[in-house]
Amino acid sequence: MNAMIGQPVRRREDIRFITGRGRYTDDINLPGQTYAAFARSPYARAKIGRVETAAALATPGVVAVFTGADLTAGGIGPLPCGWLVKSTDGADMKVAPRPPLAATQVNFVGEPYAIVVGETLESARAGVEALDVQFEELEAQASLATAMEGVQIHEGIEKNLSFHWALGDRTKTDAAFAAASHVTRLEFANNRLIPNAIEPRACVAAYDASTEDFTLYTTSQNPHLERLILAAFVGLAPEHKLRVVSPDVGGGFGSKIFVYPEETAAAWAARRVLRPVKWTADRSEAFLSDAHGRDHLTTAELALDAEGTFLGLRVKTRANLGAYLSTFGSSVPTYLYGTLLAGQYRTPAIHVEVDGVYTNTAPVDAYRGAGRPEATYVVERIVETAARELGLDPAEIRRRNFIRPDQFPYETPVALVYDTGDYEQSLARALTLADVAGFPARRAASEARGKRRGLGYSCYIEACGLAPSQLAIQLGAGVGLYESGEIRVNPTGSVTVFTGSHSHGQGHETTFAQVVATKFGISMEQVEVVHGDTGRMEFGLGTYGSRSLAVGGSALVKSAEKVIDKGKRISGHMLETTPDEIDFEEGVFRAKGTNRQMTFGEVALAAYVPSNFPEGLEPGLSEKTFYDPKNFTYPAGTHIAEVEIDPDTGVVTVAAFTAVDDFGEIINPMIVAGQVHGGVAQGIGQALLEHGVYDDNGQLMTGSFMDYAMPRADDLPSFAVDTTVTPCTHNPLGAKGCGEAGAIGSPAAIINAVTDALKVKDIAMPASPERVWRAANS
Amino acid sequence: MKVSMVVNGVPRELETRSNALLVDLLRHDLRLTGVHVGCDTSQCGACTVRMNGAAVKSCTVLAGQAEGAEVTTIEGLGQPGALHPLQAAFQETHGLQCGFCTPGMIMTALDLLESGERLDEARVRAGLDGNFCRCTGYHNIVRAVLLAAGANA
Amino acid sequence: MYDFAYHRPQSAAEAVGVRQRASDGTYLAGGMTLIPTLKQRLARPSDLVDLGALKELTGIRLEGRTLTIGAMTRHAAVATSADVRRAIPALADLAGQIGDAQVRNRGTLGGSVANSDPAADYPAAVVGLGATIRTDRREIAADGYFKDLFETALEPGELIREIAFPVPTRAAYRKFRHPASRFAVAGVFVADFGGSVRVGVTGAGPCAFRWRELETALAGKMDPAGAGTAALDHSRFNSDLAASSEFRAQLVRVMARRAVEALAG
Repeated sequence: MNAMIGQPVRRREDIRFITGRGRYTDDINLPGQTYAAFARSPYARAKIGRVETAAALATPGVVAVFTGADLTAGGIGPLPCGWLVKSTDGADMKVAPRPPLAATQVNFVGEPYAIVVGETLESARAGVEALDVQFEELEAQASLATAMEGVQIHEGIEKNLSFHWALGDRTKTDAAFAAASHVTRLEFANNRLIPNAIEPRACVAAYDASTEDFTLYTTSQNPHLERLILAAFVGLAPEHKLRVVSPDVGGGFGSKIFVYPEETAAAWAARRVLRPVKWTADRSEAFLSDAHGRDHLTTAELALDAEGTFLGLRVKTRANLGAYLSTFGSSVPTYLYGTLLAGQYRTPAIHVEVDGVYTNTAPVDAYRGAGRPEATYVVERIVETAARELGLDPAEIRRRNFIRPDQFPYETPVALVYDTGDYEQSLARALTLADVAGFPARRAASEARGKRRGLGYSCYIEACGLAPSQLAIQLGAGVGLYESGEIRVNPTGSVTVFTGSHSHGQGHETTFAQVVATKFGISMEQVEVVHGDTGRMEFGLGTYGSRSLAVGGSALVKSAEKVIDKGKRISGHMLETTPDEIDFEEGVFRAKGTNRQMTFGEVALAAYVPSNFPEGLEPGLSEKTFYDPKNFTYPAGTHIAEVEIDPDTGVVTVAAFTAVDDFGEIINPMIVAGQVHGGVAQGIGQALLEHGVYDDNGQLMTGSFMDYAMPRADDLPSFAVDTTVTPCTHNPLGAKGCGEAGAIGSPAAIINAVTDALKVKDIAMPASPERVWRAANS
Repeated sequence: MKVSMVVNGVPRELETRSNALLVDLLRHDLRLTGVHVGCDTSQCGACTVRMNGAAVKSCTVLAGQAEGAEVTTIEGLGQPGALHPLQAAFQETHGLQCGFCTPGMIMTALDLLESGERLDEARVRAGLDGNFCRCTGYHNIVRAVLLAAGANA
Repeated sequence: MYDFAYHRPQSAAEAVGVRQRASDGTYLAGGMTLIPTLKQRLARPSDLVDLGALKELTGIRLEGRTLTIGAMTRHAAVATSADVRRAIPALADLAGQIGDAQVRNRGTLGGSVANSDPAADYPAAVVGLGATIRTDRREIAADGYFKDLFETALEPGELIREIAFPVPTRAAYRKFRHPASRFAVAGVFVADFGGSVRVGVTGAGPCAFRWRELETALAGKMDPAGAGTAALDHSRFNSDLAASSEFRAQLVRVMARRAVEALAG
């Protein structure tokens, strides 16, 4: 039974999903429910004049109309950004207040400025159309490239610059470049992405006038954080009067971390109309209003000596924040980006500068990988390019610069301490799995058919389980980064596990049950995992940044150990010995050296039916832990992409994709492989297909699946996935985190392969057919 | 207006609006919430059901167009404890994560299985190109369909 | 979706009558374009005349050298029809490339041809085969049918009953699909009638058109290289995020070349 950790246990949550019994937010219907629709700005930047609501209110079925002014008058404050970044001069980042509903000015297309509540969705929509609004259109600044020179968007924020942030030693880095025998330079964009979880955002909000309690069902990756922000910063309701429930959620990828205007306004409206209010985004709204991802312009330079040893890395990035700072928008292009620029290498001097700028586009925030894909793209593109310029094998240049296993713990020049790793091992495994030795023959075969073939590497590292709280708070985080885990052993010996992590596809109901069942030596069927409801568990910080197992799982291990300790005290009493004299193994408490024993279930029953317990031994068997990690975890690995290109049409076919990842100890290899598959698909999507494009007027040109290319089944190959293991040194599971690695490593691998096939230095993402065709024929 | 159809084997007569979609009838009137809506341009396939034995996007069928039709949703396939082999294959191969696209994916895959064609990876991938999944990268979905087809997964 | 009156006539004559009496009516065939348009409140017809019950508009007949397909025949039926596969396999192949499986189960030939989306597949075959569009009131030759962006020779209320495709000696369709929508960025249908050749192009311009310069070249010599050298004016070609007009011209040439190559195979 101890073998349960490490086994590919089939997921228990699947049964409800494959039979249509999942319960997502839009599946919830409350008696007397109304429907909300939002009036959204058609302009990228405009002053809002008079908003005439009479015709809307007169529309059949319309229950109420609220504008930004109504929310302000109702005491609803702006949506905060949860991470305060400071500029190099010590000044705080400049924050443009973001009211849930714009009252005086709109700053991106799709920004909501009124909510209409109707008896039906159709009537609410008709009400929106009946609103009479006077806009005074203003010149917009939609382009990131010209954002610091163009129109000033927000009062008091010059050059549209929120912060100029830097990390690393500039002097040392400059010196490294001065001593270099070769410098490789690249300028590129990291393309804007639109997350597109297949379930759109939604909420159902209810207010009980008798108890003054709110219940908000919503598509959130972190219901407690949503409650905290709505209570403490937005002023919706006191925290103890607000219950946030996040039921089954159809994917998040970061986009459901944030506190958005729509859920906030709908919840507030529920109190005003004294009926439940439901809102479900349609896909067009999701495109306009979900936080987007990436969107950097970067110049990177790598200094090397004649042998290809990295001497220094210099990076300058302009990061798009969108029109407002989203919940964690400031942390993504700074602490989650600059700190990863050492990659897997011993580069001794690194300096990075980031300008975080506003544009008249949707806010930009964390999307799968959040800063780390951007950092990996910088490092792995420039390393590959340097290898080509120096005539070195791309695997060899990496090997020469890897941090060696005996150098851990390794402190990078960009503020991280890697605890463990073995980069050469994963590279070697990937080279074998990808049959790199056979590549020349495959390339020749492609060329014989008039095609071109390329191979690209990416040796990524990432940092997950953002931690510890003290450091994060010093760096500007507005919340701690621990996780809670509570284990209640019921009198019959079954176990209810409460986790502050949230599962929206990750399979926690299975993995966490594996962990706890293994710890207790009981069957998984005896373990229930509960998540996603502020009314059921005490607190939690939710799921993002590949943190759930390393942080949330560790909290459960700690709680399990506490339960076992208490079980020893109870069984010690019952077996008439001392707790020190009790061994716990395979679900049995046994007095050492005797055949006297109690099963886990017997101890549970004894805990709730206490017979003559001594003083100091409380009844009950329930423990909780707030686990605050000592450090990040550092998953790392090698991705190898092999592509074939049709030079006539520019179509890139991913012929093979290999990922060898070191996630530390693995609880469920089946689920881990699935996480890699999904991440790699999103990374291939970024490299070849996906691009969120605004025109110069700030109109979103890729506002539907007709224009925004989502990876489909026939765009992708099957993936070759394997793992190596160096256990994390500082958490009790030895686990590192696997949710984002696929999306972090893969874009660079793909573009390295495409540029290898085309024999060009660079090509922009996405490497679309036209771009590839032009590059192939230039 | 009234429409009649047989849903998951049960004859239904429903009073509805002329501009109601089949997906509205299924989700709201019949509370068959296994049918999902993921887009508004008939691309994502989350709303796929079978109508008269063929996979269709129920977000792009008007209620009136389904008059007299036989409609099968995910709820009309196997039940817990008595799963359809395709459902079982999705669990066996980890062919789902968040589960939102899964019902539509299964209903489309059912068409493929029943087409009588010889299925291989390329055919399955082409056959599923009207269903988006953002979680799995399709890798294990393809394996699930091949497993259910008895092909080498 | 705005409100509308919904009709489900039982005969084509009844359909035409209902449509004529409506103040701003529209026919509903498969609905693959119309329903999304309605959902996004981009159209507000007074009446929808659903053709779904009209068996008389459905079916495939092969008579001599003519393949006739009813307007309400679904793409999937064309793609899998033994008659189509025997007579004009390229047409079955084309139908099998439209949209995705679910779209092919609903979308119809008549709906596609009536709509004249510049990126739809069927118009390439209608033009490339020189088909005849039979309506409730007349016959329209392919060459005069597609007028412009979403514009055809159909009069208001005119109903396509069926389309008659001459059976060529051989034909092929090659398509470069849009990475997001899967419509044709460029689609080329080449039909060899033994002595004469027709080339229909979709996706590239405001509506489907014949590439006469290539037809002439291929009539002289059925050589794929002709696709690379025949004159092709792309000044009115579409230009969008997926492809500039220049790239579209390239894709038209490549798809044409591959279609001609396929004829030999």
